[in-house]
Amino acid sequence: MNVLRILWLTLILAVVAACGGADEVAGPPDTLQRGISSDPETLDQHRSRSIQAADVIRDLGEGLVGYSATGELIPAAAQSWEVSEDGLKYTFHLRDGLRWSNGEALTASHFVAGMRRLVDPSTAAFYAEMLGDLENAAGITSGDIPVSMLGVEAPDERTVVLRLVQQTPYLVSLMTHPSTFPIHPGSIAEHGDSFARPGKLVSNGAYRLEAWVPGSVISLKRNEHYWNNAGTAIDAVNYHVIVQDSAELNRYRAGELHTTSTVPPDSFAQVREEYGEQLHVAPYLGVYYYGYNLTRPPFKDNAPLRQALSMAVDREQLALRVTGRGEAPAYSWVPPGVNNYEPPLSSFAALSKDERERVARRLYKEAGYSAENPLKIEVRYNTNDTNRKIAVAIQSMWREVLGVETTLINEEFQVLLANMRDAEITQVFRSSWTGDYNDAHAFLSALQSGSATNMPRYENEEFDALMALASNQVDPEQRKLYLEEAERVMLADYPLIPIYFFVSKHLVSPQIEGWGDNVLDYHYSQQLSFKAVP
Amino acid sequence: MLRILGAIPTLLLVIALAFLMVHAAPGGPFDDERALPADVEANIAAAYHLDEPLPQQFLRYMSGLLQGDLGPSYRYRDYTVAELIGTAFPYSLKLGAMAMTLALLLGVTAGTVAALRQGTALDKVVTGFSMTGISIPVFVIAPVLVLFLAVKLQWLPAGWSGATGMSRYLLPVITLALPQIAYIARLTRASMIDVLGRDFIRTAHAQGLGTATIVRVHALKPAMLPVLSYMGPAIAAILTGSVVVEEIFGIPGLGQFFVRGALNRDYTLVLGIVVFYASLIVFLNLLVDILYGAIDPRVRYR
Repeated sequence: MNVLRILWLTLILAVVAACGGADEVAGPPDTLQRGISSDPETLDQHRSRSIQAADVIRDLGEGLVGYSATGELIPAAAQSWEVSEDGLKYTFHLRDGLRWSNGEALTASHFVAGMRRLVDPSTAAFYAEMLGDLENAAGITSGDIPVSMLGVEAPDERTVVLRLVQQTPYLVSLMTHPSTFPIHPGSIAEHGDSFARPGKLVSNGAYRLEAWVPGSVISLKRNEHYWNNAGTAIDAVNYHVIVQDSAELNRYRAGELHTTSTVPPDSFAQVREEYGEQLHVAPYLGVYYYGYNLTRPPFKDNAPLRQALSMAVDREQLALRVTGRGEAPAYSWVPPGVNNYEPPLSSFAALSKDERERVARRLYKEAGYSAENPLKIEVRYNTNDTNRKIAVAIQSMWREVLGVETTLINEEFQVLLANMRDAEITQVFRSSWTGDYNDAHAFLSALQSGSATNMPRYENEEFDALMALASNQVDPEQRKLYLEEAERVMLADYPLIPIYFFVSKHLVSPQIEGWGDNVLDYHYSQQLSFKAVP
Repeated sequence: MLRILGAIPTLLLVIALAFLMVHAAPGGPFDDERALPADVEANIAAAYHLDEPLPQQFLRYMSGLLQGDLGPSYRYRDYTVAELIGTAFPYSLKLGAMAMTLALLLGVTAGTVAALRQGTALDKVVTGFSMTGISIPVFVIAPVLVLFLAVKLQWLPAGWSGATGMSRYLLPVITLALPQIAYIARLTRASMIDVLGRDFIRTAHAQGLGTATIVRVHALKPAMLPVLSYMGPAIAAILTGSVVVEEIFGIPGLGQFFVRGALNRDYTLVLGIVVFYASLIVFLNLLVDILYGAIDPRVRYR
């Protein structure tokens, strides 16, 4: 065999490989091109978990309730609803003539089926707790009660009734969450758990699933059977999976995207200069924090030390100089902008920088530390540029104000999560918390004793009692006071250091109309449109 | 045949090691900043058999593997690992095959020309390019090419899903091929210079043959041996390079799934790709050995 023949053979093989397979995706020219930072795990609303999956599912499906572009609750599949006097029974009235993307009628029982599937232990849904306040929900998820006992029913084809065990004033907003969307019973019967794949998924939202190339692109097409089809402007949507934020920016620059999922931190200043009004920065329901491990020394039973470290962190400096994308310095756990809530601030928020440092030094000394006997601690964070910059800045603040000797340990994300969960070797760890619904409860409940999400392992009976009082309070004003008091109690214990509140960052093409900024960072494709060319 | 059988213990060892390593890494596939309530977590662990002891999970995995079942992906919950590899590998293959072809065509041509014009300006250009090409990593080349060809000039799409047809493969293929072109050019040049200095080439010249004929008929074949041996490492380099290229350009290939799988602790996906790649590499090595024997009759395998 001649060497040239081998080369020719390779060449022919390569050409064959190159020509094989039809993989056309791009879609018609007036397709909305959106960037998304990772693939959804699945488009099954119950087995998915990520923000990215929820973003796509909100285009495909529709709950009883929705959000406007600016973040107000609006009727969706339900055109109206009412709450009983005691606040424990919600009745939703569906629109007339709702249909699935295959043309079949959508009835109230499909909402019931969806909610039952959510709490069913055999579904193993991540968000099973979303409806944890429904009658019997907890017992069903733990496998003790049959799923048919769930406190949701369809007395007729157009009415969904939910019965609760405690006050959940944010229940209506939960009906916007994909985990509470209806399910097409025929698809599950036919395809089992793979019903959400392209070619199988039957959806009830403004779009239907056209194609999904994992790792690359998800294509949606207009759902002709959607009740508000006439109000949906854009025919087709592509979600391009782009993991690297710099690659996403390049693709926006090259004109391949109309909206981006974020803006790279390094290029932020340049992007603001270059794109001006195309850059959308808005407060977001999330807090970046450092948690203490409260189960181990030196932070166990040592509130003065925790307070000293918290006070020595110059949040203004961090938000302004280190992150620099419009983040707000955090002196509370619940972000500002949450419905019907005024976050109380840490006691030292009103003090000047010098005063804070003076008090911090006094507390540090009271805790038994000094220049000769400095506190030595480890801070763990997951490897990422912003995290590293913040850790380095805090390390130097603690050293300068208090003389603390901090060791920075960067870990892979999954490693950090495992360490946080074990709460054995951690001392201080970086984490964040985002709200799934627009209510202070979404933040405060994360710190209740025994909650799996309570990473510092905070325990305070008074806090728990106030949370319980709030959960049983019908009067929204009184409930608000209980929640605020609970946060005040918690902040005074310094179980963690809130550092800054997140902002959402997007580039939106000037061709696009209808984009609104909101704290939940929801941007339904059906609310967007292309500007008419003059 | 013996060599094929000999590859099986190697594969088994690779699988066992990979299984241990992915499970030894701290954290699990379902850990998140939003930790799960105990009930929910137990339900999920049970659904994926993650609550079983590790040896039992290994046996379950191996028995599945023997039946050709690579299991479900933990991260892509609607897909099995076999499906993901099945859809992703053709993209990686296409990308790799085109890059390899480009590298061979340009590398061998440039190397031969440089060897024939040894010491001239042309030679210096080729060697200079080779040095640069070898030393600049793919993750630097890619953004620079994107910036000029896609963002500034807008000749080519910046991302794979931004266009249809062949244009979207151009930038990734060039990025991936560049270091290989450089390396193959260097190899060819050195070995061609060596071959051109041999006695039989001088004899050919004395017989009055033209340079083109001498290179084509007499010199190319012996000069290609080092290049052919380099094919194995080159394929490995293109596989690893494609990890970066696929992520930057958003190509839905195996490399991307491998990296994401490792970071997400998608045990089955990572293992599946390891098994797949290991089998592929064992097979390719075998193929190169056989080809080598075909070119050089002195090398024979039983």
